[in-house]
Amino acid sequence: MNNAPLQDKTAIVGIGQTKFGKGLEDSELSLACQAIAAAIDDAGLKPSDVDGLAMFSMENGREVDVARNVGLGDITYFGEIGYGGGAGCGAVGHAAMAVATGQCEVAVAWRARKRADKASRPWAQSRARVPGAWQWSRPAGLLRPVDEIAMLTRRYMHEFGATRDHLANVALAFRKHANRNPDAMMRDKPLTREQYMAARWISEPLCLFDNCLETDGALAVIVTSAERARDLPRTPAYIHAFAQGLPQQHQPMINFFCADPLRGPAWACAQRLWSRSDFKPADIPVAQIYDAFSPLIPLSLEGYGFCARGEGAAFTADGALEWPHGRLPTNTAGGGMSEAYVHGFNLVLEGVRQIRGDSVCQVADATSCLVTSGEGVPTSALVLRR
Amino acid sequence: MEQPFLTPDPDDKDSRPFWEGCARGALLVQTCATCGARRMPPRPMCPNCRSLAHAWHETSGRGTVWSYVVPHPPLLPAYTELARYNVVVVALEEDPQIRFVGNLVASADGPINEIDPQTIRIGEPVAVVFARVGDTTLPRWIRLA
Repeated sequence: MNNAPLQDKTAIVGIGQTKFGKGLEDSELSLACQAIAAAIDDAGLKPSDVDGLAMFSMENGREVDVARNVGLGDITYFGEIGYGGGAGCGAVGHAAMAVATGQCEVAVAWRARKRADKASRPWAQSRARVPGAWQWSRPAGLLRPVDEIAMLTRRYMHEFGATRDHLANVALAFRKHANRNPDAMMRDKPLTREQYMAARWISEPLCLFDNCLETDGALAVIVTSAERARDLPRTPAYIHAFAQGLPQQHQPMINFFCADPLRGPAWACAQRLWSRSDFKPADIPVAQIYDAFSPLIPLSLEGYGFCARGEGAAFTADGALEWPHGRLPTNTAGGGMSEAYVHGFNLVLEGVRQIRGDSVCQVADATSCLVTSGEGVPTSALVLRR
Repeated sequence: MEQPFLTPDPDDKDSRPFWEGCARGALLVQTCATCGARRMPPRPMCPNCRSLAHAWHETSGRGTVWSYVVPHPPLLPAYTELARYNVVVVALEEDPQIRFVGNLVASADGPINEIDPQTIRIGEPVAVVFARVGDTTLPRWIRLA
């Protein structure tokens, strides 16, 4: 008997999403409610069955608004997870913990965002007087998340010999998957290595195609107990393992001040995640790895133990991330870089589809799937299983 | 200028001595008065010994380039005008885990886009200089010959 009280006690039984796009008319609250309503329908439940809510602290629509719009029941668990893209698996994990400990019976976790609206760029709203940790980076012109991750990327290239070809492996793999996905923003836009190499810089050494998309959209999942899941119509995606990770002396995004900046939150998260999982990295047939920027993939591959330190870039060679023949098909709906960037929450839903057998890039015998949230910030991860 | 460069919040009690040091031409690091551990960014408590007592010690002002980037637009307007400029992270000579984000410049009052980014090398030795930006003084870095 292992020390994993949450293991397989809960499952994701419903998923829902809006369309993805730029300039969608509906408000973030409306999008959230549409995705949640669709997830409740998918689960074969009624809104009044929902009594738990777990959301990103950055979410603009509040619990009370969601509950009043969707017509939810009395809510007896509600909680918020911080740190933006690090929160996705955390929201699902908190929903699972709330169900497993009896705080609620049916919980919703979701993310709605209109990131395609340029007014929603957090960095563009920097006050002239920079408070907190950003005072150490932004006055020098390190303004945006891409600049901050580019700084780590340049160091990673220097220390371990990673190249732009490795980053292109990531971008091209995810684009190929998106080209098969009718819901993906990049469905009809193939990407070649030549296009990647010729793309405009955003923050050297990162180019346009190293960046995630800017997306309006929302997604939601329904979590309930394993017992109840067996009576519902959908194949349950059991929450086998869950962990969060906030490593020692970590500074979100500008993690330049600790002993080993390239050993990011994934490392802390992975240690606890795998200790609670019967599946180990070598057993995982498919992964959904947070990809706000392409270099987060090699860094996460190392952190989650798919390869040794410094080998994440080389891991991407020979189509390793590509469906169907790669050693670890990753972001099989296109991920944040080619399906939609909704703070990584679309990765959770693709993990569920792999377990159900519904993916557009379905991995044969996907008995388990790793899903991770943002690397570079306090993060979280899930192992889902059939 | 319609939208100025970003500058640090002068009301931040933890960091104010650092910026005051810059204004008089000294690169200071917060140091625990009990165990002597340096810490950056500044904060109330020493993570090594939990002491609240601290002092500000002047550093050598020398270091090496730990990493660098070259941002391209879209950027905030004041920075767009200067693109492509460099941003460097510098590791302090006497304690390489103490790092600063800044710009590599050709002279103390030179612009942040004067150095050809293609020539910047990780590991190259640099020394601090101080540049007046609005009512604040920011540390920047010049190459050591």
